[in-house]
Amino acid sequence: MATEEFDGLDANGSLARKRLYGRIFVGVCFLSTLVGVVALALLLADVIYESWGWLSWEFLTYPPSRFAENYLPGGRGAGIYPALVGSIFLIVLTAVFTVFLGVGAAIYLEEYAADNRLTRFIEANIANLAGVPSIVYGLLGLAIFVRAAGLGSSLLAGSLTLTLLILPIVIVAAQEAIRAVPDSQRRAAYGVGATKWEVTRDVVLPSALPGIMTGTILSLSRAIGETAPILMVGAATSMFRPPYSLTGPFSAMPMQIFDWARLPQAEFQHVAAAGSVVLLTVLLLMNATAIAIRNRYDTR
Amino acid sequence: MSYEDTTDDSLVDQRPTAGLETATTNSGTGRTIIEAEDVNVWYGETQALHDISMEIPEQQVTALIGPSGCGKSTFLRCINRMNDLIDTARVEGAVRLRGKNVYDDDVDPVALRRKVGMVFQKPNPFPKSVYDNVAYGLNIQGYDGDIDARVEEALRSAALWDEVKDQLDESGLELSGGQQQRLCIARAIAPDPEVVLMDEPASALDPVATSKIEDLIDDLARDYTVVIVTHNMQQAARISDKTAVFLTGGELVEFGDTATVFANPESDRVEDYITGKFG
Ligand SMILES: Nc1ncnc2c1ncn2[C@@H]1O[C@H](COP(=O)(O)OP(=O)(O)O)[C@@H](O)[C@H]1O
Ligand SMILES: [Mg+2]
Repeated sequence: MATEEFDGLDANGSLARKRLYGRIFVGVCFLSTLVGVVALALLLADVIYESWGWLSWEFLTYPPSRFAENYLPGGRGAGIYPALVGSIFLIVLTAVFTVFLGVGAAIYLEEYAADNRLTRFIEANIANLAGVPSIVYGLLGLAIFVRAAGLGSSLLAGSLTLTLLILPIVIVAAQEAIRAVPDSQRRAAYGVGATKWEVTRDVVLPSALPGIMTGTILSLSRAIGETAPILMVGAATSMFRPPYSLTGPFSAMPMQIFDWARLPQAEFQHVAAAGSVVLLTVLLLMNATAIAIRNRYDTR
Repeated sequence: MSYEDTTDDSLVDQRPTAGLETATTNSGTGRTIIEAEDVNVWYGETQALHDISMEIPEQQVTALIGPSGCGKSTFLRCINRMNDLIDTARVEGAVRLRGKNVYDDDVDPVALRRKVGMVFQKPNPFPKSVYDNVAYGLNIQGYDGDIDARVEEALRSAALWDEVKDQLDESGLELSGGQQQRLCIARAIAPDPEVVLMDEPASALDPVATSKIEDLIDDLARDYTVVIVTHNMQQAARISDKTAVFLTGGELVEFGDTATVFANPESDRVEDYITGKFG
């Protein structure tokens, strides 16, 4: 073999070209990431910029007004208060309903239901339901809760509709959390004479709880921003006080923001932006809670 | 099925109120406590055990040995009906505990498992405190005596008390592997079962932890009947009074006093297995 022909170790030629392709690929991937992050940052910056000067303590504690100047500092005071409280009530009620129904369904499907075609059919459909557009749930809520059950455009009807919307996601998240509980844990409890119910209560649920909570909170933070379903159910826009009964009218932040945004006066675009900042803040707080729970229990 | 549902069953009546029986020696009482008769087990279409019959003596250590996959764990799970938890498993034949067939219709497996405790291959403490791990069985069985005392007694019997008495409130998962396994033994014996089943309890442990468990098993046999699966023949020879040799295909080929089985087995296949020609 002639040594002068041995030239495979220098950095020229095809290898260098391959490296270049590699770098280009990484660059493209990085840009893709950047597009998402930059778009989100721009959006946030724009909303905050638009709301600048319109966001005040009064905005959180006063009901809305027809006059834009009332929202400004030094005005008579106007804001998002009834819708903020309405959204919180809505989310708390929805949380209660979804936790009971979602965890119940997940426990049944994972721990009790026989592994047969019917169960698989139900599971596949729950997964499908998670993809149904929210306006469809709104129509369903209108037909079932508002009309058929005679609840009217009430807080209860609104939260039940949101429950339908996120229930499939909560069920799937809870199922995953329950499935992640090792069988060795179940066997340990059976081994000392636990009944199925005791195994579920003492071993499965405590271990699955952080996962269930994380999934539930993330779904709730989706629900709190949903406009279409509560629009269909008939959330009020000009509520001047928070909801006062389960069967009474209610307002919610997305609905209120939507209402401001469609007013003709340009000033109300700033008010809508201020409302969006409040909504986003609540949403981010909820997501942060979910992440905190997940981190706290993951690192055990 | 709730606890209340099970209370009128003959195997549940006795709550664990009686203290630990203080037995005489490791030589046992000479009585048979578990009698398996023509036990056959299938997983789906595959038969895992063929016509197993044996009599397990009270307050002695009975070792089940044999190559991997020969059905030792399957047989062990027949005794406390843990096979019920496997959908595909089907058991035929009789396993009598003090004369009562545990597969009779009127036997509640939950009640049975309160009499027949189990320790698993991999230590599986609950993510609860050391104390709560040991007290778990007592709590669900509605024990109304002094739980603190029982927890201490169980931890002492499991040779763990001195090591954990200052960290009863710490998580059981903080313990070392060997300690975790002794915690699981304490958890199994706290409700004072009659039989303790152990499925390769030391196979995931280092030699020091293993020898601790072996010493412990010897002590346990003073109060309990111990049935232990092991794939380690020296271990079986060291700790057991009786040895059952299973061979591939799920047959029991030899059962008798450990000394006899190891010194001059009847079956050539067992001799080959014991002398290391296969398995
Ligand atoms: N849950 C199960 N489902 C199906 N087959 C099983 C199951 N458990 C064990 N088996 C089969 O039964 C036979 C005996 O297994 P096992 O009792 O675990 O043997 P050993 O404990 O002696 O290693 C093996 O062939 C194994 O594959
Ligand atoms: Mg095994």
